[in-house]
Amino acid sequence: MVEEAQIAGAGVRRVDLKTKLMTAFVVITNVLGNFSMSWGMKHQAADLGLSPLAYIRLIFTPWVLLGTTLLILWLLSRMTLLGWADLSYVLPMTSIAYVASAVLGKVFFGEMVTWQRWLGTGFIVVGIIFVGLTAANTTKQESAR
Amino acid sequence: MKWLMVAIIVGSTVLADLLQSFEMKRHTVAVEDLRPGRVAGMLASLARRVPLVVAVFFMAVSFFAFMKLLSVADLSFAVPVTAASVALETVLARVILKEKVTALRWAGALSVACGVALLAM
Repeated sequence: MVEEAQIAGAGVRRVDLKTKLMTAFVVITNVLGNFSMSWGMKHQAADLGLSPLAYIRLIFTPWVLLGTTLLILWLLSRMTLLGWADLSYVLPMTSIAYVASAVLGKVFFGEMVTWQRWLGTGFIVVGIIFVGLTAANTTKQESAR
Repeated sequence: MKWLMVAIIVGSTVLADLLQSFEMKRHTVAVEDLRPGRVAGMLASLARRVPLVVAVFFMAVSFFAFMKLLSVADLSFAVPVTAASVALETVLARVILKEKVTALRWAGALSVACGVALLAM
């Protein structure tokens, strides 16, 4: 318990500003990317059918293009974050995106939020608080500045 | 078919994340590389790193398997069952990547996995 408390304490100090900012950027690009894709798919006029050309045309519609760009940024920023922090830290910390997506779904798409979803949100927030109290990188000192 | 897709999704997601985490820690990206004038060079160097290319391939496999799973199963089944990868990846991060997973982090990862499963209900 003492060792764990020391690691947890060190973690608070060792999660530096760049890791926090990159975590926020990963979450924001993920949430907005998925939202843009979903908005674009829901508002596309024609039935896509099986034609690959229809899907290619869809990619170049404004909302889907914005969503694709944001998800590419998400992929690259998540790769960068994985260089700075543990996988077992990044996975739970970026799960807040699930909660944000549920909130956006309720606000913009009128989706119903059941008590199970609120409970799920609570579990995720508690999990993020727990993981946030641990060290971000436990494998080696970061070489990036 | 349903459980085959679940296995492909979880397996490819886990492999993609482990490969990315392993490779990105070997050569971390410096904050300076994120400046506008240096981003193109950084992206080019990422594209030349084989483990990252393989990781992106596995992510694509996971994505298309998820699409296929949605065509044969409900979303309320697909999302919770694939959230299991959070717990599995935490175990493998400890075993393969040698990360120090404390009791607090275990509790957090399990809590998040349960939360994701509940969100999909």
